[in-house]
Amino acid sequence: MENHGNEYAVEMLHITKRFPGIIANDDITLQLRKGEIHALLGENGAGKSTLMSVLFGLYQPEEGKIRVNGKDVVIRDPNDANALGIGMVHQHFKLVECFTVLDNIILGAETCKFGFLNKAQAREKVNALSERYGLHVDLDAKIEDITVGMQQRTEILKMLYRDNDILIFDEPTAVLTPHEIDELMQIMRNLAQEGKSILFISHKLAEIMAVADRCTVLRKGKYIGTVNTAETSMEQLSAMMVGRNVNFHVEKQPKTPGKVILKVENMTVASKLHKNNAVRNVSFDVREGEIVCIAGIDGNGQTELVYGLTGLEPLAGGKITLMGDNITHASIRKRSKDGISHIPEDRHKHGLVLDYSLEDDIVLQRYFESDFTQFGFLRRKQIRGYAEQLIEQYDIRSGQGPVTMARSMSGGNQQKAIVAREIDRDPKLLIAVQPTRGLDVGAIEYIHKKIVEQRDAGKAVLLVSLELDEVMDVSDRILVMYEGEIVGELDPKTTTVEELGLYMAGAKRQEVREGAK
Amino acid sequence: MQNKKHTSWLKIPAVQTLLASLLCIVAGVLIGYIALLIINPSGATEAILTVLKNFWTYSRPKTQLKYLGSTLVKTAPLLMCALSVLFAYKVGLFNIGAAGQYVAGAGASLYCALALQLPWWVCLLAAIVCGALLGAISGALKAYCNVNEVISCIMLNWISLYTVNTLLSQVKDPTSPYTLNLKRTNAAAALPSLGLEKLFNNNANVTIAIPLAILCAMAIWVLLAKTRLGYELRATGLNRHAAKYCGMRGKFNIILAMAIAGALAGAGAAMLYLTGFEEWSCTQSSVPAMGFNGIAAAFLGGLSPIGTIFASFFIQHITNGGAYVDKTMYCSQISDFISSVIIYLCGFVLFIRRFMNSRIAKANEKRAALEKGGDKQ
Repeated sequence: MENHGNEYAVEMLHITKRFPGIIANDDITLQLRKGEIHALLGENGAGKSTLMSVLFGLYQPEEGKIRVNGKDVVIRDPNDANALGIGMVHQHFKLVECFTVLDNIILGAETCKFGFLNKAQAREKVNALSERYGLHVDLDAKIEDITVGMQQRTEILKMLYRDNDILIFDEPTAVLTPHEIDELMQIMRNLAQEGKSILFISHKLAEIMAVADRCTVLRKGKYIGTVNTAETSMEQLSAMMVGRNVNFHVEKQPKTPGKVILKVENMTVASKLHKNNAVRNVSFDVREGEIVCIAGIDGNGQTELVYGLTGLEPLAGGKITLMGDNITHASIRKRSKDGISHIPEDRHKHGLVLDYSLEDDIVLQRYFESDFTQFGFLRRKQIRGYAEQLIEQYDIRSGQGPVTMARSMSGGNQQKAIVAREIDRDPKLLIAVQPTRGLDVGAIEYIHKKIVEQRDAGKAVLLVSLELDEVMDVSDRILVMYEGEIVGELDPKTTTVEELGLYMAGAKRQEVREGAK
Repeated sequence: MQNKKHTSWLKIPAVQTLLASLLCIVAGVLIGYIALLIINPSGATEAILTVLKNFWTYSRPKTQLKYLGSTLVKTAPLLMCALSVLFAYKVGLFNIGAAGQYVAGAGASLYCALALQLPWWVCLLAAIVCGALLGAISGALKAYCNVNEVISCIMLNWISLYTVNTLLSQVKDPTSPYTLNLKRTNAAAALPSLGLEKLFNNNANVTIAIPLAILCAMAIWVLLAKTRLGYELRATGLNRHAAKYCGMRGKFNIILAMAIAGALAGAGAAMLYLTGFEEWSCTQSSVPAMGFNGIAAAFLGGLSPIGTIFASFFIQHITNGGAYVDKTMYCSQISDFISSVIIYLCGFVLFIRRFMNSRIAKANEKRAALEKGGDKQ
């Protein structure tokens, strides 16, 4: 892509943006060449979002200037950005669920004739675009009925329909399956080849190495550097991002599992979305001192499996035994007291009361214990002391310590608070569902270390993950879920990512075990 | 430096709420004044002052005291209704049924007093139990059948109104639509005053209801802020998924919260009708406004139990004041109109707070930019 010369589509030169107390962007320069895929890499809180908000006119920088196609511009609001041909696919899609794909694409840019929609013309244009860039979507399907990958294509078509030439993808792969990620990468390459300039915001190094031409790295609001991906390595990029060398491979000594902690027999959980059961006749066990990982593409019953285990959903059939006790019909509180800790999949939905202070969230699973409640009154002093202890021990960073609103904390620190709360209860079984979702490399490394520590301390760990690297690196044993069933049991030491992928996609299966009677 | 202190002071939520509430009041009075000007310009200024003055209309301090007492007598039930709405709101429920629970409380207390000739504390208890039961019905419907509490509450409001009308017809004064006079029929059912009436120039309707309502407000504050139950209820209100995740009894908590809310509103009714201040009209065909005004008082008080005490007093103050407006110039509904405008604007307290926050954030940004500019020079 060198032949594009020095013509830049977007130049953000020496941008500085301050907020009370912090400098979100400190003299940052980002130059996006025409027709290149340029990655913007940084940890959570490195200043990526602020920089993009400046580009979209949501914030005005105190210093620096923006040039689009070589001309100085002032961008006051997103409409200005749109007029300059800048479009963005947000991490959380902005689509109307009950509208069709076509309606969503033309929404806000409808072609009209005498006040009536002229959809035929729009359809022609969208068809031509999807043909040209290989973006095939059923234009008449409703958004709520199509996959997340298809929804993302709809978002991309939205940008193309508006004739945007500068496309920004904000963490586009976070929600996709491995196969969809491959397809997206191809789409991005096609777009770049057709002359579109792409800014790709991510903290997944492998994807950046695979698709980007150059990469700009930010750290703590500062510009660290811009490198050609062809001349760098993942190790170098991650060192630039976190400021030190990160250990990708989880340090783990071999350990022989002990006695069975959790035994699941013929478990079935009904689905809320369709008539079929989400979890079908699943049997497995987890022993002390081992990390069992449930791998699979999102939506194959992992969520419901965990709901069934923790008591959030009732079972439609089967039996759960925890250390010999039948807990099939036990309440959530009983299971929790019996030694199940649960790091939930959705930290905002289940994990935290966002409008509670950090200390109140830290005692969420223990507030009723006599350490924290006396005669029906909360023991504020003890709660404060306990919160301070965990904040110190687990390095949870927040603006005002124990009284910080959970809502105002960064995602990584929210997750750390949950991990601290669940691990510090000294559980027998730790269920961790996507514990590193949306976190940066440093936080991921930390949480993996904590999970392995639990295993080494003789706890049983059930890890549910969508990230192949995490599955391969952290687990001692892999169970693959496909359409509600366990279709394979694999040993991470002997299997390959490719083989795991085949099981996850349903192309391969083995009879794991005879259903226990 | 001075400037910075000013900003951080403005950031205190309590101060913000207070300012927002005051702003609503000022705007409400202004709009009411404009309406008066449109209807009849010559008496507008005097009329609006009359509304705001309420008992200060009287020149003699002793009379003033007496009518301050009357305002307070009606403030107590309003405060209880406001607490009812506020408490349910903290658990994520909108208790529009405070009005119906209030009606149930009135019916229970008056029937116990007039028909059964029971002492005041039994009557009060009966009102609490009936209000709680009515609240619990809405709570149970919500918890087990996922019936929206607003719908079930509105239905129950009407059911309780006509049930109470029928029930109290048995103890009706034969010559009027009103129930029998409390103090003449059963003096033991009147709430004791413990000598409080002497503070208000022997206003016989001043009873322990007033300090009792204030104590209730404080108790609700303690319950929400300091106890394990309050912790659970607030968590349920803020994020019911998280509450379920950590094993709180979601259904039980919803029913309990509605029952407590109902008990508060029911007790509120007893605190008015057991003073003998007014009788129940057995022919009324609309739910008494007290419960609905409770919603406004709760919001004007910034959803804080302590703030609600003052908000309830203020709303009752202007409602009473409205009664003194010159009826030859303005139709008698004008006082209702002005108080409703203010009450309507009270709903904007939270909105104004949010607006203030965003303004503060912007001002800070600007100041930061200026300071930085200063550094450069």
